[in-house]
Amino acid sequence: MTREELTAFVLEQVPDMKAGTNKQFPECIVSAEQINPLTKVLKKNPSTKMDYLFCETAADRNDGFHIVYHLSSSVHAHCLMLKVILTDKVNPSIPTVSDVWCAAEFYEREIFDLFGIRFENHPNLKRIFLEDDWVGYPLRKDYKDDFILER
Amino acid sequence: MEETLVDIDFKEKEEYIINMGPQHPSTHGVLRFETCLQGEKVKYIIPHCGYIHRGIEKMSESLTYPQLLHLTDRMDYLSAHINNEAVALCVENAMEVEVSDRVKYIRTILAELSRIASHQLWWSAFGMDLGALTTFFYGLRDREKILDIFEETTGSRLIQSFITPGGLMADIHPNFQRRVKEFITYFRKKLPEYDQLLTGNVIFRERTLGIGYMSKEDAIDYAVTGPSGRGSGFHCDVRKLAPYSAYPFVQFNEITYTEGDTYHRYLVRMKEMWESLNILEQLVDNIPQGEIMLNLKAIKAPKGEYYQRVETARGELGVYIVSDGAPTPARIKYRSPNFSNLFILNKVSANHKIADLVAISGSLDLVIPDIDR
Repeated sequence: MTREELTAFVLEQVPDMKAGTNKQFPECIVSAEQINPLTKVLKKNPSTKMDYLFCETAADRNDGFHIVYHLSSSVHAHCLMLKVILTDKVNPSIPTVSDVWCAAEFYEREIFDLFGIRFENHPNLKRIFLEDDWVGYPLRKDYKDDFILER
Repeated sequence: MEETLVDIDFKEKEEYIINMGPQHPSTHGVLRFETCLQGEKVKYIIPHCGYIHRGIEKMSESLTYPQLLHLTDRMDYLSAHINNEAVALCVENAMEVEVSDRVKYIRTILAELSRIASHQLWWSAFGMDLGALTTFFYGLRDREKILDIFEETTGSRLIQSFITPGGLMADIHPNFQRRVKEFITYFRKKLPEYDQLLTGNVIFRERTLGIGYMSKEDAIDYAVTGPSGRGSGFHCDVRKLAPYSAYPFVQFNEITYTEGDTYHRYLVRMKEMWESLNILEQLVDNIPQGEIMLNLKAIKAPKGEYYQRVETARGELGVYIVSDGAPTPARIKYRSPNFSNLFILNKVSANHKIADLVAISGSLDLVIPDIDR
């Protein structure tokens, strides 16, 4: 599918989605509740068949946490970028997509470890790199600890 | 006391947990597998990573692009050139500049040499994991030739930081082309030796054929890329899917098998070395003239989000940059191939013997610093 067709397909599923400005991949901004049903449709539908989640990550921005999904298809080789903006910066939480792609289970554990974003219904949400008793989430912009070098 | 049959039966049913690593030689770095065994059979594995988590992504947020480039070498240190290339391409795409064909050719030659060197080291260590010590000497002897080529041109052997945003650190050494051509002829003679030593070995085949089956669906679902994914029939070669640098100019085959066992993951890498030699041969004589470094006033990405995919020796590396237009990135994420490749291990090694676990994890070719970052 082309860029326009993919955006149109997402718009059909989620009428209130916003198109992003990314030049490389078609970018769709959706809300947290829509992400799990939407990704299920994108994976199942034979014309999209987004069965390969090659990157899932987060970024701490001024308007909240951005959760970014980069999807691709092993059949059609087209790519799509989905984005969810979580405005709650204190207790951010979003439904998991680990029931859609197994790979997401570990991407989400990494995001939880470094950003402190909770993934609802995740089978095993615990820290993956840092120790279990680590205080704080290092990739947040307001993270401070005793050893950090200020530049 | 003499053991009765009942006792033995009980022992075989009993489950117990053994920690493999963080210092176990077969994990090739600091990684711990919490292995649940029943007798000699593996019930499940929980990988514990983070022993060398250095916070590269956090560190990079306070460094400029030419500075943070040096940290990428230290992720997958066997694909240092390819990691550099990923960052360089991502920043160049963001700035909407294009390097000269000369730079593209040299980058691809260096990347393919890295791929061969990496597969040689993997082959050496894989044989050693399975008890064939000779492979280590053969592999490292030939890898030395590539490291010499790197040393002559880039000044260092393992982590070079040679490919930078905008071009290359320096031009190639006058001996470079001759040396690469000599290496191609030399290694074409040596590769059949590798096959005689290990590929056709009966013990080796017994230990790998049919062991650790990974289906194509699992490979895609767990995002297992690189030779490990291609051994299961997943067409995931970024050099074909989204060609970059000089790959559009060369002819090569994407090696895939559908069997998905340890032996076929091994075969993919062996065949890939032949393909890499072919790519080198097509490029090395045709390096065009051109600028080595673009004249850029300041290297900074304009406001926006950029993603670059490249194929390292172990799979797909992604660099995701979020920029506010400052000289440093607001967020940089490395989608490392080994991180995704690791977690399939629980699924593919279940119900195999513990000795097979060593073979299976060896066939996934994990580099631990790339997992932890």
